[in-house]
Parts: sequence; structure tokens; C-alpha cells
Amino acid sequence: MAEAHAPTAHAQHAPQGFIRKYIFSLDHKVIGKQYYFLALFSVFVGLLLSILMRWHLVWPDAHIPLLDKLSPVGAPGGLMTPEYYLSLMTMHGTIMIFFVLTTAPQSGFGNYFLPIQIGAEDMAFPRLNMLSFWVTLAALLTLLSSFFVSDGPPLAGWTAYPPLSAVGSVSGPGEGLGQDLWVISIALFCVGALLGALNFIATTLELRTRGMKLMRLPLTCWAWFITAIVGLLSFAVLFAAGVLLLLDRVGGTSFFVPAGLIVSDKILSNHSGGSPLLYQHLFWFFGHPEVYIAILPGMGITSHILSCFSRKPIFGYRAMTYSLMAIGFLSFTVWGHHMFVSGMSPYTAFAFSVMTMAIGVPSAIKTFNWLGTLWGGRLRLTTAMLFSIGFVSLFVSGGLSGLFLAQPPVDVNLHATYFVVGHFHLVMGVAAIFAMFGGTFYWFPKMFGRMMNETLGKIHFWLTFVGVYAIFMPMHYLGVEGNVRRYSTFIDDFMQPLLPVHKFMSIWAFIVGGAQLIFIFNLFWSMFKGEKAGINPWESTSLEWTVPSPPPHDNFAGKIPVVYHGPYEYGVPGAEKDYIMQDSPEVVAESH
Amino acid sequence: MALAVALVVTLITLISVGIFVAKVYWFPVDISTHGAAMDHQFLLTLIICGVIFVAAQLGLAYFVWRYRDKGDGRKATYSHGNNKLEATWTIAAAIVFIGLNFLGYNIWAKMHFTGAAPGALKIQVQAQQFAFYFRYPGPDGEFGPTHLEKVDDAIGNFFGLDRAHDQASKDDIVTATLGIPVNRPVELILRSQDVEHSFFVRELRMQQDIVPGMEIPIHFTATEEALKHNGGRYEIVCTQLCGLGHYKMRAFLQVMTEQDYEKWLQTQAAAQ
Amino acid sequence: MNKRHLLALAFVVSLALFLIACSKKEETTEQPAETTTAVQPTPIDQSTVGEVTGKVSFDGTKPKPHQIMMDQDPACVKAHGGKPVYAEDDEVNGNGTLPNVFVYVKSGAENYTFAAPSDPVVLDQKGCMYDPHVLGVMVDQTLKVVSSDPTTHNIHPMPKDNREWNMSQPPGAAPIEQKFARPEIMIPVKCNQHPWMRAYVGVVKNPFFSVTGSDGTFSIKGLPPGTYTVEAWTAVGGTPQTQDQTVTIGPKESKTVDFSFKAAS
Repeated sequence: MAEAHAPTAHAQHAPQGFIRKYIFSLDHKVIGKQYYFLALFSVFVGLLLSILMRWHLVWPDAHIPLLDKLSPVGAPGGLMTPEYYLSLMTMHGTIMIFFVLTTAPQSGFGNYFLPIQIGAEDMAFPRLNMLSFWVTLAALLTLLSSFFVSDGPPLAGWTAYPPLSAVGSVSGPGEGLGQDLWVISIALFCVGALLGALNFIATTLELRTRGMKLMRLPLTCWAWFITAIVGLLSFAVLFAAGVLLLLDRVGGTSFFVPAGLIVSDKILSNHSGGSPLLYQHLFWFFGHPEVYIAILPGMGITSHILSCFSRKPIFGYRAMTYSLMAIGFLSFTVWGHHMFVSGMSPYTAFAFSVMTMAIGVPSAIKTFNWLGTLWGGRLRLTTAMLFSIGFVSLFVSGGLSGLFLAQPPVDVNLHATYFVVGHFHLVMGVAAIFAMFGGTFYWFPKMFGRMMNETLGKIHFWLTFVGVYAIFMPMHYLGVEGNVRRYSTFIDDFMQPLLPVHKFMSIWAFIVGGAQLIFIFNLFWSMFKGEKAGINPWESTSLEWTVPSPPPHDNFAGKIPVVYHGPYEYGVPGAEKDYIMQDSPEVVAESH
Repeated sequence: MALAVALVVTLITLISVGIFVAKVYWFPVDISTHGAAMDHQFLLTLIICGVIFVAAQLGLAYFVWRYRDKGDGRKATYSHGNNKLEATWTIAAAIVFIGLNFLGYNIWAKMHFTGAAPGALKIQVQAQQFAFYFRYPGPDGEFGPTHLEKVDDAIGNFFGLDRAHDQASKDDIVTATLGIPVNRPVELILRSQDVEHSFFVRELRMQQDIVPGMEIPIHFTATEEALKHNGGRYEIVCTQLCGLGHYKMRAFLQVMTEQDYEKWLQTQAAAQ
Repeated sequence: MNKRHLLALAFVVSLALFLIACSKKEETTEQPAETTTAVQPTPIDQSTVGEVTGKVSFDGTKPKPHQIMMDQDPACVKAHGGKPVYAEDDEVNGNGTLPNVFVYVKSGAENYTFAAPSDPVVLDQKGCMYDPHVLGVMVDQTLKVVSSDPTTHNIHPMPKDNREWNMSQPPGAAPIEQKFARPEIMIPVKCNQHPWMRAYVGVVKNPFFSVTGSDGTFSIKGLPPGTYTVEAWTAVGGTPQTQDQTVTIGPKESKTVDFSFKAAS
């Protein structure tokens, strides 16, 4: 398995011409960048939507400038209607989860660095790789097109529970064509994700260079590999759910719609025998693994960066890989914790609860090991390192609130409140995005041949780090008070004293949103004006730092490296330098 | 920079925990017989998570400050880890997490593994876009059948009753407020006319989705505490995204003494 | 990259674009109302026009009025000062006549085309009830929905032949203006946030319609000489029913047509 492979057909000759080089490229590095920029575009759309939502939540009578241009129906005169709020919320969730959290850390960084880090010239199936990107782009365009249909984007949330999502426009605006486009987009996305997952698995198993034993893989590669397996098994199920939902909508079937419904005075005589709970089971069978698809690559990237900038081997490499596997496996056994109050059997609820607490164990192991890595290190606090430290902090904060939600009798009072919103934004949303920022600052020199500006990076880090805590921590308090999520305005009497908390959060949301412009500026400015980067500016050990920045078309210019060491040989006693590259033939006593 | 990280992380930790400890924000009053155990389980979880939270965050803060690169040429400790430590915290985490879960088992079992007490007051709850309506069986103790074609919201026939022909429907009482007597077991039968909804009363510590095509029973007893606040009136809110009016979908729970309840029910029956 | 690959890719992309394009096309055909140009009205000699008037009576025992429960929205209860409110479909006038009956020329006027008046028909939401309960508009005439309530409503017409729409109207929001492209008797309008709220909109091709009021009478003016079928529509007791009558109008003639309804069983 770990044999050096025959060079792939395309490897030797870089394609000429702009289109083949940059648009329809088969090069994993170009495809990785394409995914990265797709996610970057998406994250700003998603961010903008969240800012509009936060604006409307605390100033419901505000006329938001230019919003009526985007949707004269959804926001007449700039005044956001409740249905438009829900549409924005649905699009925010869908865009962020699918096109940002699933796309950037796995398909973006993974595509770029998995082949280089294992010593391969490309992914196993370059054409499949290109296809998966273009299908994903088609999915994004399909989703975004729902903004421009007459009654707007769907309002059924990113979970799209039927019957609301299944019975058509009688159940609400956006539930006509908008919801159709949503389902088609998700089905397309599944296809792209499945093709990508196959490619990642094949690449990891088949294309490792000589000496790159599984236990010498950087933890990033382990994370991408496990994530690909989880993705392969879960996106297939979402694809099925999506197709069945589409059939219920347009094909007259009744997979998810029971008999005897009257929606808005209209008797739905064309449906019978379906089960709304079936959809929820299918959706969350995908949905829970999905949150690990979002966070596992982040864990890999964070491990990689923490070890490098602590100048110290990762603490418990084996425990880290086993815990990745355990999370990947257990992630398929916990989906029911989204459904404690759904009406499913309360006995199963208890079983899911035990499994959910169990999945906390490997997560705890990872946290302890990150702390163990810092312990006794010699920390270089670069921006990448700061974001990785931030990741650990956010992961702890968001992860612990999961212990509340994992227990049915506690969840009953927190379910569907802002407690849940705070929980998943911290642990899955913001933590994963911190890993992306960390990855960006760490790998930018390799990808673009220039360094990013550290000062701007640190300003961006501080505003974001403090800001996300200011936004998402208060959500837990609101949840305990009983503040229900997915409300476009708070009219309940008991909510009135809590509105100042919402204002506080909204203002911080604007600050954090604004701070992201610093990042964007830094990213594009550095691309052209940044300081030139050497081969290995961070003194890292993995294979991508043995090749020029940016790497040549076939990564290693025909000289396939041979691997002699594990990925985190920092601070090795008796070594020439502070670190030993993976392909360095230098012999030292390797301890285990 | 290391000091700044340490200070900010510490500060965030202390403020976050402080607000919980000071109970600045807390659950609303509990008016149910089962709620105290839930609140206790929450508190227990909060304490355990709080300790882990503080330890992990302060540990992080301390390590970042303590092991910063001072430029003194000190080399990092070369260690690949410690299997004993790994085993210790794996086992410790497993015991704490799963043990905590088992402590809450009884609360859940009482709520769901047994039905309502015999003689519990049965009330049907029907959710629809965007309102709740309630049906009491009347003196015969029976709910009349629903006829889909009879459902007419404009004249208040939300349950599709045919009072002219169905004996059991004649004395059914349909209301828009959920009136219940204090100290008496109540069984709600939840059903939905159109899409998914949810029944949530914060003070009752009760949340249950309402699924079209299913009839889901839940049971509870309201305590005397209920009469002491808000005149016994509490919000029932929908917590499952059900469409554009989701945020406004609510009804009121009115807890009354037994006598007041009987009187109220008479008035409601007269208005049918 | 080989050609096969390019083809496959082109296929996927074009499929996606095609799907989007199709669905958009569908959407535009659904709403020709917004795009139709002004029609050329048929000239009518105003000196010869006649009139149909009449009375709609109710025959039988009055339906027991259903009380409306507004408990869920205190703003609605407050608007009525705590007084009980009854369903409008149960209303019968004191003199035994029926209000809220939509009377219109169902056939006989097909040879004429009429331009929709530029004035909108106004539907108000007051005290969480629609005012008026029954109204008529011409095809392509603007229906202007306003709200006098301090609470949010959503206006959700549920037509069979026209395009369905559903829009929220928060307090203070601008009026909603919509048109119906095809004739339809009657389009129920609902507010899902106050499920009891219902109005009926009759969409007709000619201007010859009228709704009975508190005296149960109607009058249709400006009819050119000819033979017409006049239909009366009512939802008394909750179930819609109709009656037709044929009437011939000579030049400047005024005819009386009376209707009598029983409660639908």
C-alpha cells in the first residue's frame, strides 16, 4: 500500500491556456482553491444574511436600506416580513452548513494538501475531483437562484421538516418553487460530496508515498480520511431523503406526508400513509455525522498547527487517531438526540442519550491532548496559532453545553431555544471557522507564495475571538430563560426584559461582521503584496513544506519523496535542528 | 501576546461562569410536579460542566502564558504523550459523562415510560397554522369523531365536529385557552391538522413536538405554585418551525382551583 | 482533459441551468396579471343602459351564531373591548334578509370587454376581522389590502384558477396591492395567524356586480339592453351556495330580481 505509485497520466505536463489551467483544471491544487473561494464567497453571503437577521430581531420596525431592492416582496420598503426572516434564516443555515463548513476544511484544504502531505502528485481520480467541484458549484447556484423566484427562498429551515416542506406553496411563501430549488440543490450537493469522499478515501489508501505508513500520516490527513468515510456513508442517506422529499413535492408520492391533513383550509386528499418522523430519522442520520464532517477536519488542522507552533510532538498521536475513528463511528449512533421531543419512542431516546454522552469521551480526549501538546512547549504565537488556541477554547465551551442537550430530561427545557443555537454555533460553526482561519494563515504561504500580514491577522483574531463569545455565550442564558429560536420577532411578554441581551448580541454581530473585512483585505492584499514566502516559513515537518511555494504542477517536480519520520518531530533531542522533516533521512532515536 | 491570551480567556471564563452562578438568567418558576427533578439534573450538569469548563479554559490560559516562547533558547519538552494519562482521562470522562446520564434516567422514565394516572383529565390539543385549540370531552367523557370536510375555521369548527349527528360530539367543548384545575393529573393528547408544531410551556417544564398523523399523549400535574404567579396564566408557545406565523403561534394555559375550573368549563360549554 | 469529460460536465451544468430556467418560466406564466396591457373597452351607449335591483331573503330558522375565540391574540380581544364576536357567515339581517351576498352577471355580457377601473378595491383588517367580508373586483383590478390592527396579519388567498400568494403585513407596513388575472367565484382569503378570519373575493370580467348589505338589497347599474343570467352567491351557515336567474333588460329598463336562500344542511 505504501509503495511509491506510478506517476498519473497528467502529472508531467502542466496544461497550457487559462481555461484548462484555472477553470476546468484537473490539478488538485487548483480545485482546492476553487473550493476555498466558493466557500469564501458563501461565508460572506451567509454572514450578510445573519447580520440582516440580527438587525431585524432587535429593530423589527427598521427599514433596512437596499433590502427592498433584493426582495420587494420579502421586504417592502425595507421592512422585513416574518416570512422573509425565515427565508434568510433557512438560506443562512443551508449555505453555512453545506457550502462553508462542509466545503472549505474538507474539500478546500483537503484537496490542496492531502496529496502533497502523503507524497502524491494528485488525487486518485482527478476527473472525478473536477466533476465534484462543478457539481457543488451548480448546487450553490441552484440554491442562490431561489432568492430570485417570485415568492422567495424557502422558509422551512435548513432541516426542511415535512409536511411544511412537502406540501407546496399552500403551507407558506417560499414553499413553492423556492423549496424545489432547495431540494434540488441539496441533492446535487450530495452527489458532489459523495464523489469527493470516494476520491479522498482512494487517495489516502492508495497514493501514499514510500515510508508513509498510516501511523505516519499527519493528523490532518487522518481527519480528512475519516471525514470522507463519514461523508460517504451519510450523504448517501441525505440524497435518499432529498429525492423522496422531491417526489412528495412534485411526484404525488407520500413518503413523509400522512393522510387527513388540512393546510390553510385545503384538504390534502392526494396524500396518505407517509411519516414525518421517517424524514427526521433520515435527515439526522445524515445531520449528526454532518456536524462531525464540519469539525473533524478542523480538529486535524488544529492538531497540526498546535504541534508546529508549540515546537513539540502532538501529545498522544495514537490517541488522537483512535479518537478520530471513535468519533467517526459513534457519530452514526447519536442522531436521535435531535429528536428527544419529536414523538419518537422515549425508550430509544434514552439509548441515543447514552451514545451521545459516549461520543463526548473521544472529544474530551482530544481536548486533553491539545492541552498536553501545549504543556511544556515553546509557543510561537503566530496568527495561525492564535486561531488554533481559539479553536480549543471554543470547542470546550460549545462542547460542554452539548452535555446538557444530550440528556433528555434536561433537553426538554432547552430544546428549540437559543441554548441550542449558542451550542452549535460555538462548537461547530465558529470553532470550525477558526480552524479555517488557522489553516488559511498557516498554509497561505504555500498556496500563494507570499505571507499574510500578521498584524492585521492579530487584530482580526482579537475582534473575532472576543466577539463570538459576546454573541454566542449570552445565547445560553437566553435559552435557559426559555427564549425560543426561529422567531422573527419577540412579541411574548416575558421576552421584553431579554431584548437588551439581544441588542448586545446584535451589536457584537455587526462588529464581528465588520472585522471579517480585515481578513478579506489581508487575504487579497497579501496575495499580491505580501512578503515573499520561502519553502518552509513556519519550520514545519510535513511534506508540503519540502516543495517550493507555491508547489509545481505535479507537486514534487518528479522527485517523489520517501518518508522516514512521523509528522510531528519537533524539539527532538540530539537532532541538528529544532525539527526533523518527514522526508529527512536523519537518524535519531525515535521514541514512542 | 501570551499574557493577553491568558487574560482574555480567563476573563471570558469568569464572566461566563459568574453569570450562571449569580443566576442572573434562570428558568422561570416551576409549576409542575416533575419539574424540580429536572431543574436539579440541570444544576448537577451545570456544576460538573462548570468545573470542567473552568479547568480546561484556565489550563489553556495558563499553558499559553507559561510556555510562551521567551526567546531564551529553551527547548520544548520532547514527549509523544503518556499512555497512563490517556487511559486515566478516558476512563474518568466516560464515568462522569455516562454516569451523569444515568442519574437523569428516572426523570425521563416517569415522564414517558408510564402513562397518565387513571382518572386523569383528558384534553385534546390541536395545533394548526398558527393556533392551538383545545377540546374537552364533556360529561360523557368521550371525544366525538373528526370529519375532515366539516372542518371550518371561520365558524370555529376546528375539530370538524358534526354535532347534529354524532352523539359523542354533542357535549364536546372546544376552547382557545387551555384551562386546567390545579393538583389534578392532566393528560393532553396532541395532534396537528397540518404541519409539525410543538407544545412548550416553560413553567410546566414540558415540551413535545406535535406530529401530523400521530396522536401523542403527554401528562403532568400543575402544583399550587401555579396559582401564585401571573394569575395562573402561562404562555403555550410553538417551538417547531411551522411557517410564517411561527413566532406568533401561542395560546394560554390557565391554571385554576377546582371550583373555578368547573365554573370556567360551564361558561365555555354555554358558548358552544 | 478529454472531450468526453467536457461533455459530461457541460451536461451537468446545462441540466442545472435548464432546471432553473424551466422553473422560472413556469413562474412567469403563472402571473400574467402583472404584464397584461390595457384592454380596449367595447363602447356602450350610456343613454340606453338599464338596471337590475333586488333583495335576497333568508328562508328558515336563523343559524345559531358561532362565537369567535380570539384568546390567543390579546390585541384582537382588546379591539372588541372584550365583547363577544360572532362569525359573519352566520349573520342574517333583522328584516330576514341576507347580507354578504355576492350578486353578479354570470353570463350575457360576454360580447363586451371592459377595462378594469384604476381605483383599487380596499380590503381592511379591523379587530382581526376582514372588512368587508365579501367583495368583488374586476379581473386585473387592484386589490389593496390595508390593516388597522396593531398586530401582524398574513393575507392568504386560496384561489383555484388564480395564482396563490401569502404575505405577512406587520402593523405599519405598506398596503399590499395585488391583482387577479382570471375570473373566479369566489376566492376565500384567510389569515393563518387568526384562523377564523375569512373574506371572499369574487373576480369577474365585467363591472356588473354588487354585494348585499344590512338591508339585503343589491343593485347592478349600467347594463346594456340584453338577456343576462344573474347569480347570487352566499356562504350563509358556512357552506357556499348559489342561485341563478335569467333576466331580460330593454333599453333604460329597470328590473327586479329577488333571491331566497335556506341554510345549507
